[in-house]
Amino acid sequence: MDISFELIFVSLIDGLLLGFVYGIAAMGMTLIWGVMDVINLSHGPIIALGMFGVYLAFNSFGWNPYLIIVIVALAGLLLGMLIYGIAVHRVINAPHLSTLLATFSINLIIIGIGTAAFSTAPRNVDFTLGNFSIGPITLLWTRVIAALLAILATGSLYFFLYKTRPGRYVRAVANNRKAAELVGVPSTKILALSFGLGTMLAAFAGGLISTFFPFTILSGGAYELKSFVIGVLGGLGNPVGALVGGLILGMLEGVIPAFMPTTWVPVIEFVLFVIILLVRPSGIFGAKE
Amino acid sequence: MKKWQNYFGLGVALLAILGITLWPTITGNAYNREVAFNILRVIALASSLNILLGYTGYVSFGHIVFYGFGGYVGFFFITAVGWSLWPAMLAGGISAGLLAYLLGKAVLRLRGAYFALATIGVNEAMRAFINNFEPFGGPVGMTMNFSVYQDYGGPLEALSMAFYVMAGITALVIITSYLVRSSKFGLGLLAIREDEDAAEVMGVIAPNAKTWAYVLSAIFPGIIGVLFFFKQGNVEPQPAFLLHTSIEWLVMVMLGGQGTVLGPMLGAFGYQQMRGYLLTNDFFKNIQLSVSGGLLLVVVLFVPAGVIGWIRQRFPRLRRILQ
Repeated sequence: MDISFELIFVSLIDGLLLGFVYGIAAMGMTLIWGVMDVINLSHGPIIALGMFGVYLAFNSFGWNPYLIIVIVALAGLLLGMLIYGIAVHRVINAPHLSTLLATFSINLIIIGIGTAAFSTAPRNVDFTLGNFSIGPITLLWTRVIAALLAILATGSLYFFLYKTRPGRYVRAVANNRKAAELVGVPSTKILALSFGLGTMLAAFAGGLISTFFPFTILSGGAYELKSFVIGVLGGLGNPVGALVGGLILGMLEGVIPAFMPTTWVPVIEFVLFVIILLVRPSGIFGAKE
Repeated sequence: MKKWQNYFGLGVALLAILGITLWPTITGNAYNREVAFNILRVIALASSLNILLGYTGYVSFGHIVFYGFGGYVGFFFITAVGWSLWPAMLAGGISAGLLAYLLGKAVLRLRGAYFALATIGVNEAMRAFINNFEPFGGPVGMTMNFSVYQDYGGPLEALSMAFYVMAGITALVIITSYLVRSSKFGLGLLAIREDEDAAEVMGVIAPNAKTWAYVLSAIFPGIIGVLFFFKQGNVEPQPAFLLHTSIEWLVMVMLGGQGTVLGPMLGAFGYQQMRGYLLTNDFFKNIQLSVSGGLLLVVVLFVPAGVIGWIRQRFPRLRRILQ
């Protein structure tokens, strides 16, 4: 195969831009894990709901997709808090199997209703901002903006976690729930808020993806699996690690197809995933315990 | 203590298997036989998973990897090498067991959610690999020539034979599950489930016990995979390694009651019946998944021990019967 460095460079940039969005999705998953030790198996369907939210509002009202994404993200926050109240709170201290199955049942419910309402036919948001070129590289504006928004979202999350009172509460609960309760942190509210933030990021990522990829109601599953891989790459519970993990995954997806068939990408991703879990479960950046 | 009472629970379970096997034989209805085949299949799969999940407490989300992998290996031997079904089933079981042994040495070091995630990763990696593996047909999988069925007296006879073989395997799984539960090995597993560190202090060699539990729970899905794909006549990577199916087995174990012999049987039977009903009902067929999800949520939140577990808690006298 003739490998031109220009081609690799272009796919690398493309992959990196996509990686920011993957990172946001994974950040939602890893935040929930970090705060309450729950692996949210309804993450994928919520990403898909984010996609469909943008699709429906764009087609019915013709609003700007980026405005819709903000609304979809807020809806994601509320939905997450609702899911926490219904499905997670009762089993938050039970063994992992309970929370895994509780969130999986939410997954089934959303997918069931979604399939009945939208079928599994592929959709796309018919929206384009054109592209631009710098030297040999041509990039889609939608992807560049998605990456910029992803960086903005990460910044806002950090501002929230480190500079605001509820954010400090979230970190306190993540650190030691019992101790946080003892000093008067309303832990139930904070857990619900954290879960909501996680699903908000999922819905946000879904909305961003919908501006450049076609999707179905089942598409979220693939991004959920990517979120697991990224979360483990960056260290579960570490939001910045998730962003870096997302970039690594995006880069791999950009570069690997230059050397071997695209179908080998998931093999490499998941083998890497299992190996990292085995040799360094805290992630390659070693999140603090 | 009377000795026969100890076997009462096993007797109940085996009678139930016999009943499900005889039902289509007596009614002589081919459709009923298909239904019964699937019920027996999921009972066997859920009970296999229960050896790891229920007794040892390790949540294997991607357990279907053994079903798919064993099935693929056996199918390959039937179609490409020309073996008959029996050695192929053996090969499927052994290869699944071997895979579990090798994996177990590595992934069973992980605990809780990390283990669950690793099993998902293993399944996805295997599916993606088989998808690219040309000897196994890559993305299109493998198809069996119908002439293969002639060795068993024709397609109809082969189907009928597959059903009785399935019933035999299911009975074998139940007996294994029962023997494990009532053995010293099984007690070790239960101790690991309750507190792994304490179990090690008490002299349970946890890494070995866990690995063998993993191997035992993998062998049967491997064998069943071969039989199922033989009956289907084809095998494809997508359905053979479907994570969703794997999680359904977990749901069955949870519904009936993890850690008991009867629980996974009842859960598998109930779940399969409910799914069949929902899929054929005009009102529910479109939101079938949502109804299953809602039911699962209710069980997880309010009856975490499952049906059999709940009865055992409420009526201690029945514990000997409802093993």
